[in-house]
Amino acid sequence: MVLFQAQGIQKRFGARVVLENISLSIEAGTVHGIMGPNGAGKTTCFHVLTGHHAPDAGRIVFDGQDITGLKPHIIARLGISRSFQLMNLFDDAVVIENVMLALPAFRKMGSSPFRATFGDSRLTKAALAVLDQVGLADRAWHKSKDLSYGERRALEIAVALAAEPRILFLDEPTAGLGAKGTQALAQLIRQLRRQYTICLIEHDMRFLFELADRISVIHWGQVIAEGTPAALQANKWVARSALGAVA
Amino acid sequence: MITLSDIPARGGTPFTLPMGLFAAVLATAPFWLQWVGLYQYLGVEIAIWILFAMGFNLLFGYTGLHSFGHGAYLGIGAYGFGLFQKSVEVSLWGGLLAAILAATVAGAIVGAFLSHRRGIYYALLTIGFGQVFWFTAMKLHWLTGGEDGLLNIPRPDLVIGSWRISLNDNTAFYWFVAVITAVAVLLMWRVVNAPVGRILQAIRQNETRARFVGYDVWRWKWLAFTVSAAFAGLAGGLFAMAQQSAYPDVMSLHQSGVIVMMVLVGGGLVSFWGPVLGVVLYFIARDVLGGLTEAWLLWYGLIFVIMVMVRPEGLAGLLHTTAQRTAPPAAVPATKPEAV
Repeated sequence: MVLFQAQGIQKRFGARVVLENISLSIEAGTVHGIMGPNGAGKTTCFHVLTGHHAPDAGRIVFDGQDITGLKPHIIARLGISRSFQLMNLFDDAVVIENVMLALPAFRKMGSSPFRATFGDSRLTKAALAVLDQVGLADRAWHKSKDLSYGERRALEIAVALAAEPRILFLDEPTAGLGAKGTQALAQLIRQLRRQYTICLIEHDMRFLFELADRISVIHWGQVIAEGTPAALQANKWVARSALGAVA
Repeated sequence: MITLSDIPARGGTPFTLPMGLFAAVLATAPFWLQWVGLYQYLGVEIAIWILFAMGFNLLFGYTGLHSFGHGAYLGIGAYGFGLFQKSVEVSLWGGLLAAILAATVAGAIVGAFLSHRRGIYYALLTIGFGQVFWFTAMKLHWLTGGEDGLLNIPRPDLVIGSWRISLNDNTAFYWFVAVITAVAVLLMWRVVNAPVGRILQAIRQNETRARFVGYDVWRWKWLAFTVSAAFAGLAGGLFAMAQQSAYPDVMSLHQSGVIVMMVLVGGGLVSFWGPVLGVVLYFIARDVLGGLTEAWLLWYGLIFVIMVMVRPEGLAGLLHTTAQRTAPPAAVPATKPEAV
């Protein structure tokens, strides 16, 4: 079943066309990779797919519903969650609060003035369970800005997970991680794929080829190739571009 | 630097030590104000400005939205109260409701223009709108009385059942203002310690992230602005009663600057109680320094500059760090609930 589909997405900023024509189709329960050289439009593509920018042309459909041009918070509530390439966290808050704020149950409680933030043990349990998934449970009561870089990367994913998504968009989750961190992250994504549909941008080819079921290669704002990792490795155009070294 | 978010997300009881101190001072002020060489009217002013500053800090400190034109809503409240007495009827609650309503409507309209913006653009727009209101008050003679403003606004009696209390005496009026301020502060305390308070702070820390976990950031920013304008309006209504007049100076840019200064010096960025300290310090500086020199504002300005340079957390931050340094560090973070 196709969970998420984008057709003919176009995005201009002034006279500059960043996305020429992007079409993607993501099957439920798969890991879909997006790769391409710097400046190819990968992150802009994520921004458009998750509602940060409205596309100038094209259509985005999530689970049969047209979500083109909807506001980010509406798209988020539908079950589309994302992480950011440059980390976006609530830095003054403790780790567990970062996660708690993203829980839909907490969001719905937001209008009730007679509650305490950490007063509801079901919510703290839910938040701790999410932190446990990414291995941060023992850091729950530390301030998020006191975490190490790798831990902050993990928290970034935890916040996305806490929103109870049906599809998870991860923008370069390995950026800045060492070999060990990247391995741990690969392990985490292998676990997550049992529950979630995942779409990830990645520069690390080995990482992506190992994890993804399908990969779209984006260049000049277009999808220049798409297929399984094996098929892409055989594709001479992909081999000639940025991937040559790995493939 | 510590922030508001360091103070744990308490729920439950509002009966904390600072709340007790605040209530005690508020409830006993008339008995010792004169004894320490001050006067009753100062108590009235301080209570009104506490109300204004605390409401302002919901926006400024908690949501991180920097309004430099908030005097406008104090002024609108003052005019709202005055016009109600003069054109509709002499009524205490009617006037105060009119003050709140006028400021809320103005805040809601302005907030709708502001809430798409952030940072410097937000701040600039608040100044712009502040000036629009001030200019309107100056020029709309038939309504506002122009530069002179509305004079001889009555202080209507407080009527409870068959009980009629005149508020013309400053002590009686103080009690009235103190009760309103106490109720408002309790209400605000409740709000910022509920999930709403954490959501506003989340928006302060990272608007983008808040949006992408499903919060309608525009609506929350709009709400924060409107609510703080409403509190400013109530304070303005009381101010019109206190001064028995309403004039453009109340909503001038100067006034908008003063409230920012009070909140920063007091430590509104790090503590719920910061604005209270800031307001008290300002008025004491005005009266004590003002008694010594006409250029008191210069000295106060210097205190402000030094404060921002060496203690950007303000008075509340200073107290907080001193208390932490003297007390042994807690083994477990205070926020950690038992048995999770």
